[in-house]
Amino acid sequence: MNTQLRPESGENTRLRLVDCDIHPAQRTAGALYPYLERRWVDHLESFGTHIRQALVGQLAYPRMSDGGMRVDAKPEDGPAGSSLELMREQHLDPLGIEIGHLIALGRGGMEERNPELSAAMARAVNDWQLAEWLEPEPRLRGGIVVPQDVPEKAVAEIERHADDPRFVQVIMSTRPNETIGARKYWPIYRAAEAAGLPVGLHPAGYSSGKPSTGGGWPSFYFQEHYTFVPGSQALVTSLVIEGVLEAFPRLKVAIIEGGFSWAPALGWRMDRHFDTFRKEVPHLKMKPSEYMKRHFWWATQPMEEPKNGRHVEEVIDWIGWDRILYSSDYPHWDYDNPNFIFKFPLDPERRAAVFGGNARALYGHA
Amino acid sequence: MTRHVVAEASDFADREIRRVEAGGKAIALVRVDGAFFALLDRCPHGGAALSGGRLAHQVESSGPGDYRICRRDEMLRCPWHGWEYDLKTGQSWSDPKSTRTRAFAAENVAGDELVKGPYVAETIPVTVEGDYVVVELP
Repeated sequence: MNTQLRPESGENTRLRLVDCDIHPAQRTAGALYPYLERRWVDHLESFGTHIRQALVGQLAYPRMSDGGMRVDAKPEDGPAGSSLELMREQHLDPLGIEIGHLIALGRGGMEERNPELSAAMARAVNDWQLAEWLEPEPRLRGGIVVPQDVPEKAVAEIERHADDPRFVQVIMSTRPNETIGARKYWPIYRAAEAAGLPVGLHPAGYSSGKPSTGGGWPSFYFQEHYTFVPGSQALVTSLVIEGVLEAFPRLKVAIIEGGFSWAPALGWRMDRHFDTFRKEVPHLKMKPSEYMKRHFWWATQPMEEPKNGRHVEEVIDWIGWDRILYSSDYPHWDYDNPNFIFKFPLDPERRAAVFGGNARALYGHA
Repeated sequence: MTRHVVAEASDFADREIRRVEAGGKAIALVRVDGAFFALLDRCPHGGAALSGGRLAHQVESSGPGDYRICRRDEMLRCPWHGWEYDLKTGQSWSDPKSTRTRAFAAENVAGDELVKGPYVAETIPVTVEGDYVVVELP
């Protein structure tokens, strides 16, 4: 018999689902051209894009299936994630998603080293989100993609959209040129805080040329897939220890697709060293775990599935049930259906929080 | 037990995977080398429609550096997380921990000795009567 942990449908509609991780894809290589000045179209035609990794236009690792996509999510006329119609048909409508957050990871400026091109691409991908996704589909919300390594341009891009409620957060590369907590990026955090916009951090493969683990390039995709964990840990430790969260006490950060089960252990470890290392970091006024609990929210997907599902419950007890955000990762292969992700029963209050209430509170949705 | 005609055999290509409906249930119907198999069209792990997946094989290994493909097209691989289900039994074979343990054993491991995964997809009896593919539902 099938192991059916919960009724398949019906409950979702009452949950008022908010999905915090949906990936829109550009249908063609020239999809952003209508949103770029002619000068940059000519540049891209002449020189190409994505020069922060060695294999231009290639994945360095073979992905689980179909370039990392759900096998059933490819429309006839483009890559998975490029069709709003199919996204509605197989995700938004059947699951009853009320609000879905776009995380535009494809070409968009985060990965460019050419500063002016980076800024132009960020503008373009944000205008593309508006025109091709947010305007035709009111359930969707955008994330302001910023050229983080040109901070003044990133700030301008945040300010350009800050008053538009269709954009709900700031998306920056999780592999910028410097550590994410470096002073260079503080103007971005200042602008995000001033605009009341959370910063969404979603690890995205192996851009920037640095190996995806501290130990070098992995040998297998299985091994590479896990690197979102140490990569995300590096983001949290950097933001905490470099003082960003002391400097910007109202900044909110969502860790998306980086996992969360490791958060308690990281907090314990940093706290343990805090008393002996604090002279090195006198700018920190609280224990590291206190910054974690004040500033971070955590998206669910991909969630660990221990044999005893209650282990995950204990982890969330530490993090806080008001800090967990449902995310599907549509249309990627490790897509999560909300009916199946928790392998232990949740009471109605927690279900309502995780599947929508927490996101509504964080992002200010009605 | 009710019997439902779900397809015409002559209209069903070898290695085809088709979603059919019978008795209010969605079924993933598969044809491999003339034989038909039917699984309830919902992955017990994450809820995907298995009919959107692909046929899969297994890979055996006696140790690092050695591999052999076996059980070709005997499994249906879920379109999302890649869990694989035996077409005959619905048993999952995708428990990486168990298969890794076996990979370091020195002998050639037969498929039925591999440790089975935790999920079982529901199988449905299917027959061909004359020109028609028939499934039996309780």
